[in-house]
Amino acid sequence: MDQIREKHFSNPRLHPSNLSQSQSQSNQWQRWAPLAGAGALAVLAATRKSKTGVALALTGGLLAHYFTNGAGTPAKFHAQASFALNTTPDKAYRMWRNFENLPLFMRHLESVTVKGDRRSQWTAIGPLGRQVTWEAEIVDEKNDEWIIWRSLPGSDLSNTGSVEFHTAPGGRGTIVTAVMDYEPPAGAIGRAFATMLGKNPQFALREDLRRFKALLEAGEIPTIEGQPHGPRSTLVKAIHAVYPEKRKPTESTAREFVAAERRA
Amino acid sequence: MKAICWMGVEKMKVEDVPEPRILNPRDAIIRITSTCICGSDLHLYDGYIPTMEQGDILGHEFMGEVVEVGPGISREKLKAGDRVVIPFTIACGHCFFCEQQLWSCCDNTNPNAWIAENFFGYSPSGLFGYSHMTGGYAGGQAQYARVPCADIGPLKIPEGLTDEQVVFLSDIFPTGYMAAENCNIRPGDTIAIWGCGPVGQFAIRSAIMLGAGRVIAIDNVPERLRMAEQGGAETINYDEVDNVVQLLKDLTGNRGPDSCMDAVGLEASGHTLPFIVDRVKQGMRLSTERPNVLRQAILACRKGGTLSIPGVYGGFADKIPLGSLMNKGLTVKTGQTHMMRYMKPLLERIQRGEIDPTFVISHRLPIDQGPEAYKIFRDKQDHCTKVVLKPWEDGARAA
Repeated sequence: MDQIREKHFSNPRLHPSNLSQSQSQSNQWQRWAPLAGAGALAVLAATRKSKTGVALALTGGLLAHYFTNGAGTPAKFHAQASFALNTTPDKAYRMWRNFENLPLFMRHLESVTVKGDRRSQWTAIGPLGRQVTWEAEIVDEKNDEWIIWRSLPGSDLSNTGSVEFHTAPGGRGTIVTAVMDYEPPAGAIGRAFATMLGKNPQFALREDLRRFKALLEAGEIPTIEGQPHGPRSTLVKAIHAVYPEKRKPTESTAREFVAAERRA
Repeated sequence: MKAICWMGVEKMKVEDVPEPRILNPRDAIIRITSTCICGSDLHLYDGYIPTMEQGDILGHEFMGEVVEVGPGISREKLKAGDRVVIPFTIACGHCFFCEQQLWSCCDNTNPNAWIAENFFGYSPSGLFGYSHMTGGYAGGQAQYARVPCADIGPLKIPEGLTDEQVVFLSDIFPTGYMAAENCNIRPGDTIAIWGCGPVGQFAIRSAIMLGAGRVIAIDNVPERLRMAEQGGAETINYDEVDNVVQLLKDLTGNRGPDSCMDAVGLEASGHTLPFIVDRVKQGMRLSTERPNVLRQAILACRKGGTLSIPGVYGGFADKIPLGSLMNKGLTVKTGQTHMMRYMKPLLERIQRGEIDPTFVISHRLPIDQGPEAYKIFRDKQDHCTKVVLKPWEDGARAA
């Protein structure tokens, strides 16, 4: 696996092991052991056909649920994803390098304001519309190839990100690879952020890259938000309430981007 | 506006819903003049396609007049007033797949690509009115529809052609044609086609256009078999024979058809024991497919022959005779139709009078009778082969 990654990241500084680490082995073990115990309790209790059995099974199940949802907040989130784009590395680089474009395709970002060549102000929206802000700086970059950035000390959310663009084998477009590491603070904001990133930050990053690809290739991000439909059932309404259709770039921003691409 | 909505298994309803609006720069809004019920819509009616939501607007075979165009589309490509046929697949026109004309594999038009990836490994393009796994786009069995990437898909229709002559360019004619092309036909080949529904009918005629020497069509609905004969096929009523595979062997000097086509898909019928097992499993929602036709097509095809599968499958199938497929060295070709490859050339064939697609229509109804039409079509009542719905006709008056 490491060899594959070594190969994948042509720039050693982008290698995940050189960025902040994801959960350590022992950390994983601490997480899984109580879960196994709770699961066993649930299974054992379920075999007893009595009220106590049912109660025990429920307790076991709830405990298991509690552990899988991360009793407390996992300390760190690590995500990595890769997509093949039908464009050139320089075009993809230009689109990303203007960090103000990132909220177009990164769902959890509300805005990024560039405050100089290397500094930028980031605003993300958490659950209940809570804003989380931080300042970031570009640590290092190479034109048309890669960018590494990180949050400045004292941020609400400590994070590091990197992205690399290289020509795909056979000249078939560009492979973009992004790596993100987040370290939410302890306490309420940290938990809110953990919820926002979801249980699967890998999934969130992959979907962000998918939208980046659509924006670059098609000039717009596919959506059905706002289309007509007939009466929804209570079940469908409930699902939509739990997983709301997330924001998409407004028509005007997408239009500006398409216009800019046409000019370029 | 009026729209046919999926309200549950075997529950279609005409609902009053808001009119669509432009959501993306490359969208267009179409005022629909003709719209059809497709055989594949019946899989939704029967509830075999996962990720449908109550209230979804159905329909993917429609045409009409452009009423509004998004700011991302130039006037030369499309403008209000253009009369267009809309392909059922949505393609961005710029990704790796679109550039290779693999339009139905477009990377950028399914907003729920991750759901399809969980089912299929990778996501096909977005489709109109065909479950949330393929995008959840509101369909065209309505008075208006929003068409994304409208600078790529819609085909402008010249004057002098009626709706009924061209509306099947939205799906079944190109689908039947691509299925025939997928048979790798060489002059004189024998092609066996299971399923004489609308796609099968167009496949029969396309196979003959492409040089097949002999087309053998298999079904059990008398009027559909008659229609196949009128299209130039020999026919087999599988209700009247013991063993279709053996009969095909006998008809071809024990060699087998050069190509076999499954134009039926996941709700095949039959009389064999594996079929009965499939039927029970599907009825209990333990399985999504009844691949009875696919099994026969694999077994019947000659050595080194080609298997073409335009029939829709949605999940997993079992007891597929892979040993036969492998040992005979068959080539398998399938896929949702790469619409934009075929729409223009087939329009030209219609203009030249090589084919008149209206032969397949049996019912012309106002949209208000849509839900009933689903049932008639599914149960093959009233000699139903194809239903064209008129969204602006008054249901009460026409009935």
